[in-house]
Formats: sequence, structure tokens, C-alpha cells
Amino acid sequence: MSEGTAVMDASSAAAKRIERAPLVTNNRTMSWISDRVASCTERRAPTWWWITFTLTSSLAVVSLLCIAYLISTGVGVWGLNHPIGWAWDITNFVFWIGIGHAGTLISAILYLARQKWRTSINRAAEAMTLFAVVCAGIFPMIHVGRIWMVWFLAPVPTSMGIWQNFRSPLLWDVFAVSTYFTVSILFWYTGLVPDLATLRDRATTKIRKFFYGIGALGWRGGNRQWKHYEMAYLILAGLSTPLVLSVHSVVSFDFATSVIPGWHTTIFPPYFVAGAIFGGFAMVLTIMLPARAIFGLHDLITDDHVDKMCKIILLTGSMVGYAYAMEFFIAWYGGNLFEQYAFINRATGPYWWAYWSMIFCNVVSPQLFWFRRMRRHVLPVFIVCMFVNAGMWFERFVIIVTSLHRDFLPSSWNMFYPTWVDIWTFTGTFGIFLTLFLLFIRWLPMICIFEVKAVLPEADPHYHGHHKATIEGGGH
Amino acid sequence: MEHIAGNPNAPVFGIAAEVSSAAELYHAAEKVRDAGYRRWDVYSPFPIHGMDQAMGLRKSWLSALVFLGGVAGLTTAVILQFYPSSFEYPLIVAGKPVNFFTVPAFFPIMFELTVLISAFTATFGMIILNGLPRWHHPIFSWDRFKKVTNDGFFLAIEATDPRFDKESTRELLEGIGARHITLIHDDA
Repeated sequence: MSEGTAVMDASSAAAKRIERAPLVTNNRTMSWISDRVASCTERRAPTWWWITFTLTSSLAVVSLLCIAYLISTGVGVWGLNHPIGWAWDITNFVFWIGIGHAGTLISAILYLARQKWRTSINRAAEAMTLFAVVCAGIFPMIHVGRIWMVWFLAPVPTSMGIWQNFRSPLLWDVFAVSTYFTVSILFWYTGLVPDLATLRDRATTKIRKFFYGIGALGWRGGNRQWKHYEMAYLILAGLSTPLVLSVHSVVSFDFATSVIPGWHTTIFPPYFVAGAIFGGFAMVLTIMLPARAIFGLHDLITDDHVDKMCKIILLTGSMVGYAYAMEFFIAWYGGNLFEQYAFINRATGPYWWAYWSMIFCNVVSPQLFWFRRMRRHVLPVFIVCMFVNAGMWFERFVIIVTSLHRDFLPSSWNMFYPTWVDIWTFTGTFGIFLTLFLLFIRWLPMICIFEVKAVLPEADPHYHGHHKATIEGGGH
Repeated sequence: MEHIAGNPNAPVFGIAAEVSSAAELYHAAEKVRDAGYRRWDVYSPFPIHGMDQAMGLRKSWLSALVFLGGVAGLTTAVILQFYPSSFEYPLIVAGKPVNFFTVPAFFPIMFELTVLISAFTATFGMIILNGLPRWHHPIFSWDRFKKVTNDGFFLAIEATDPRFDKESTRELLEGIGARHITLIHDDA
């Protein structure tokens, strides 16, 4: 690099390509970053915000009403039947929980891998994780039917002689998802503390000062505090990394440990994890691209960030495509007739349209991201992400419903038709998700202010003026 | 040009000063360390790489606490699952044994509870080791210090330090090139 700087002055194109692009563009200062991010929470809520909020919260209420109807009437208001005992409920659960995983990947795995570009997207992605897990948690909770008995899932010693079957993946799932939600909150809050202190110190009203002051816990930014803080953050990242892999593995065990053809496969854990990250990154882009445009955050969430996320979508999408192919190969190679039938039926049976929608959305559409031009234009990126969002829902639907609808006994064969309650409960969860996200961007800094400052060249204690910055600008 | 913050009649908390960049703060910390001070701190909007060495601090021992938390979580999971499932409520599913050989089925929850209790220990351990939460701190009575969460870099040497002396400490800070040197009193 040191000889590269001399050449760079001579504006050699080759040397420019070697130099890393800055993570924050236009040489923004530290106070510009504080201002730009904090002001999103300080200005009056713009009109678009109120309009969107009204729409999403109404949608959220629709979901809650459907849930109330379900609970008061019974699960018969859904389109479930024999043999399709799981359909949209569990599809939605796996869909939402998978979306959450991208947030943890960005905040934990990319942190451990020292991918400094994560700093400007991790806060919003972690928030997305929490809200997605909230939406996910609704479905297993309500699909039990008699919801007042969900406490049976908790290991409470009672005089009724009830004890959980700890060898059941369904109980593992309870522990995995609730641990995941709790740890995600802890990780998120730990990351928020120094930024809440920023909001506290900028507060102009008593109410803001009080609430942000409480949240900031009296943070002073002393190095004796940062020392423990950084250790805590590192440990939380180290814990969340295996945790996120375990959560979706356990979710896949719900299927893989059964004996249903199409579910009973060892490829499920890694395949589910890859799919979760794939769908999650698409959802991150789906909500970050509009937020970036509305709040003018292009210097913090740059085209390079979008580019990198698209590459991850391409990678994980191809892994998912590989898994689809491998499932077929194993069905043939394993020689089990039921397994073979399940897969041929998936692609050519009555749900062929769901299967091929999934293939098109998840495997074909991300291939556009081989082209740099496509990764750097907002429109194609957004369109592909919408395809991926839809495709990942179809994937779970295909796995669940096509495996169930052909029972071992042909007399039990059936089709699944969703009722209006199915449809509106699911649609409404988007209302819940977006409402929570809209509240988040109004009340909390949606970009991690202190971490973005730390990736500026002048944050380096060995930075002395501009010349050195060109050498070390890209981080090490 | 004596700058004072806090209540002038209250005891002195220490002397604080501002420098203009992370690099300056780093070198200032090295000098304060070499002057032999023990009760002092540097304040910055973000953690500065290598500052622990510049201040002569050792590694955080939060990791040891978290290890204990992890052990507690694992132990809880083992007891919670193995004892009742094998002795109190031996539930036989699909003819599987309820004795020691059933343990692999307990691994997922052992893992989850280990992570759960470790994460609680990491977050709350960090808060407790940092002496938080607290409503107020004497240094907050210095108005300029608000910049610390924006773009300010500060250092403060506390009066409880055995080497603390209003004059010589001030001279040290002046020698470092720090500005806005301020004597900070407690509030009450």
C-alpha cells in the first residue's frame, strides 16, 4: 500500500481500484453523523410518517382482531384439515423467524469477521430481528388452539403430574426461540446505550432528557467503561453467532426429526440457516432502501453497502438453490419410493405453481446480482428483494403443505385452502412489523452513531492529517 | 482564567480538560500514565483502538464472569432436564430410554440455556462493572462535557488519586496541550 499512495497521486486507475472505498462518503465529520442520525428522532414526524403509520397500525389491528376471533372460536376458522394440520401458521412462523436471522448475522457474525461496513446497518437490522421474532412468536402461540394452556410448555412442577417431553424438538424450539428473542434484546440494548447517551446530551425537552437519560444508564464514555463495554459486546457477538445458527437448526428439527417424506432429511439445518440469511437480507434491503432515501442517509449507507448485501443474497440464494437440487438427488439416490414421490409431486403435483414460484424467486431472480450494474441500482435491487421475500414464504409453504397433503394413505389426500382469517392474520403481521419499525425510527437512532464514528479515518489514534488517511483509510 | 464547574463550596472531584482528537487523547493518556496517576480516565465518543495500553489498563475480567454464567446455565439445563425426565416423570416416547442414554436429546436446551445465562451475565455484568446505572456524576456538571457523546475528547484526573495536586496536575495537563482545563467540584 505504501508505494500505492505515490501512484495514486498520479491518478492511476489500477491503484484506485486497490484502495478501499471509504465507509462514510463525502468526508463527513463526527458531529455531522450525530446530527444526521439523531435528527430523525428529533424533528416533528413528517406527514408521510403519519400516513404510513395509520395504514400499518390499522393493518396490525386487523391481525389482532383475527387472532381474537381465532382464540374465541377455535382453530377451525383456519383452513386446516386432515392431513394438513400445519399450513400457513407454521409457514408464517418460519418465514418471520428466518427474516430475523439476517439482523443477527449482520450484528454478530460480521462483527466477529471484522467487517466494518456493518456498522451503518446493524442497528436497524437488529431492530428488524426483534420485530420479526415478535411476528414469528405469534403463530406457534396461537396455533395451539387452547392458548390458555400454553403454560404447559413451561417446565413448572405442578400437582397435575405434567412434565414436558424434553426430547421433543417442539420443546427445543420453545427454548431456542425465546432465548433468541431475549439475547437479541440484550445485544440490541447493549449497542444502544452509548447512542442513548448521545440523544440524552442533545435533548432539549425535559421528557426526552428523562427517558433517554434513563435508557443511557448514566453512560459517560470513559475508557474504563468502554473497556468492559467492548468486552461485553464481543462476548454477546460470540454468543449470538452459534445461537442464530442453532435457532434455525432447531426450527428445521421440527420437521427433520419427523418421518414425513420431504421433511425427514439431514440437509435441513444448514439449508434452513442459509435460507434464513437469504430471506433476511432481502428484508433488510426492503426496509433500508426506503428509509435511506427518506432520511437522506446515502453517505452512511452507501452503494457499497447495498452492493455487499446483494452479494450475500446471491451467495445464500445459490446455496438454497443447491439445497433444492440436493434434495432431489438424495430422493432419487436414497431409493425410498415415498421420498421420491414426495419430490416429484412437489414439482409436478397440484402445488407445482408454488414450487416453481419458489424456484424462480429464490434461485433464478438473485442471479441478476452477478452483474455489478444490477447491484448498484436501487430499482433492480428492490425488485429482486421483493421476489426473494415472496420466494422465501413460498419455500416454507412448499415444504410444509406439499409434504403433508399427500398422506401415506391415499384416502386421506387433501388440499389446503386458506380462509379469510388465514389471509388477514398473516397480512396483518406485516402491519405489526412495520408499525414497530416506524416507532423505532421515530424514537431511537436507526444507525449506530458511535460505531460509525469509530470507522472514520480520524478515529484512528495514529491518524495525523490527510496523507496518512489515504494509506489507512480503508481500515486494516 | 480559572474554569470551575459544579458547586465551588463542595469537595473537588478532579481536574478535567479537553483535547481535539483521538490521536491527541491517545498521546495524552500515555503521558498521564507515565506520570504515575492511577485514578483518572479518558472520555471519547467511541472506543479508541489501543487506548487500554495507552492508559496502562489490563484486560476486562468480564469474560471470567460470563464463563461462570455459562456454567450456571449449563448446570441448570442438565438438572432441569435430566433429573425430572429420568426419575420424577419418566415419560417414554417411541420406546426411547429414559436413562443416561437419552442425554443427547437434551443437548439443544443445554446449549440454549448456557447462551441465555451467559448473555444476561455479559450485559448486566458490564453495567455493574461500569458502576451503572447512576443518576448523576460530578463530571456532568461541566457543560462542555456534553460534547463527549458528539465529537469531544476529554480527560479527567480525580482528586482521590494519591498524586493529585491542583497545581502540578494542572501543569501536567497544560504541558500535554490540553485546553479548557477545569476544576470540577461535586454538585452537592
